[in-house]
Amino acid sequence: MNEHADILIIGAGPAGLNAALAAAPSGARIVLLDDNPLPGGQIWRDGPQAKLPAQARQLRNQLQGYANVQLHCATRVIARPAAKQLLVENDERGWIISYAKLILCTGARELLLPFPGWTLPGVTGAGGLQALIKSGLPVANERVVIAGSGPLLLASAATVRKNNARVVRIAEQASARAVGAFAAQLPRWPHKLVQALQLFSPSYRTSSHVLAAIGKDRLEGVRLMQQGKIVELACERLACGFGLIPNAQLGQALGCTLQGLGIQVDAWQATSLSEHFAAGECTGFGGSELALVEGSIAGLAAVGDRKAAERLWPQRAHWQGFADALNRTFALAPALNALSEPDTLVCRCEDVPFSALHEHRSWREAKLASRCGMGACQGRVCGAATAQLFGWQPSAPRPPYSPARIETLLCVDDRPPA
Amino acid sequence: MPELTVNGRPLHVAVGTSVAAALALGDDGSSRTSVNGQRRAPLCGMGICQECRVTIDGMRRLACQTLCQEGMQVQSQS
Repeated sequence: MNEHADILIIGAGPAGLNAALAAAPSGARIVLLDDNPLPGGQIWRDGPQAKLPAQARQLRNQLQGYANVQLHCATRVIARPAAKQLLVENDERGWIISYAKLILCTGARELLLPFPGWTLPGVTGAGGLQALIKSGLPVANERVVIAGSGPLLLASAATVRKNNARVVRIAEQASARAVGAFAAQLPRWPHKLVQALQLFSPSYRTSSHVLAAIGKDRLEGVRLMQQGKIVELACERLACGFGLIPNAQLGQALGCTLQGLGIQVDAWQATSLSEHFAAGECTGFGGSELALVEGSIAGLAAVGDRKAAERLWPQRAHWQGFADALNRTFALAPALNALSEPDTLVCRCEDVPFSALHEHRSWREAKLASRCGMGACQGRVCGAATAQLFGWQPSAPRPPYSPARIETLLCVDDRPPA
Repeated sequence: MPELTVNGRPLHVAVGTSVAAALALGDDGSSRTSVNGQRRAPLCGMGICQECRVTIDGMRRLACQTLCQEGMQVQSQS
């Protein structure tokens, strides 16, 4: 039942798909894993209320043309039983994949920051709401407030509108000056300028952020700080995202060095561990265009075609420039670190309030004293939040990296002792 | 159009619909009760936060990463 891959790729979003396509012509046996039911990552999430761009369909079709590429969807990484081996599980079984080379394309997740009422049903991530709508969540005739930071707010608003809900406000925490300076640079990336113009909305307000979600058993309204004034808006949904942060946990658990929040890579997309590469947003937030070219470089480098990989460096630099401009523009204002009341839950898995955390000095100390980060999500939400709020560095995750079945864990040693 | 049950009630959904969406189509959209008794609903929509964990055919699964299938029995966690 176990499997061997010359190249194992974790994550089938833009970076992972392109890494597989770049490496496939070499004839290497490639295994591509993703924990979602379909490939495409978050940006190209398919579903009954999604319209996939032509590029996404094309990459998926190209991949199907390679007999040496095996795609496993709905499959998660659970543990690392030995060097160059990963224990994985899908809905039916667990098994071990051994590999010669690994490319991490684990993408990014939304930074979700706590504020009063954020645990109410009706409050989601901004990209989160977009993903839920694409997979069939009904929102017709609902009033939606979108708050947080970054261009994802506009993309989320577009999906909301397309599905016949009303966007009553988009609250962007960055200032008009910062957003304006960013917009002025967009002609360097003409395709992005067109996207921005298409997404622009009259409900957009800069220097505005969420103060509280209001409601008893579910969301009924939102209190915002809007350009210095407190306003309350009635709504059925609040979609809140404070930017994207790299999913670096698996890389961290394998022993890859981090740089900032992302996995550190060199010009070949190689990590600090030999034969281990990383590409796309797990190395730092940068958008799908950057992820695509990084994926190609990683795939080519993994099969030893350094000449072809090097030819893509200028393209990567072009999109890295866009990523840098984004990160400067949408840097979070300090006010967002002060939204919690003492009873605001920070760890949603273990219901740990802000008052139980703020006096601790480190993530580890807070975990030991309060169970913060010890629930089902293993600190993926509150670890990132406390990194932002208190500057704590979350520790490397320990296996199982995701909740797993006992039968899966039993795969690790099925041989009798010698 | 797969037919499934959500908290005991029958529901038809479009092909490709996630169980997270089915919770809202067939019931109040909530997925679980927290350790202190609050109702919760899917939050991140992408398999990170674990808020959407429900029981599907007797197994604990993430609603946002599971597609509805014919005959599936979905039970939110009380």
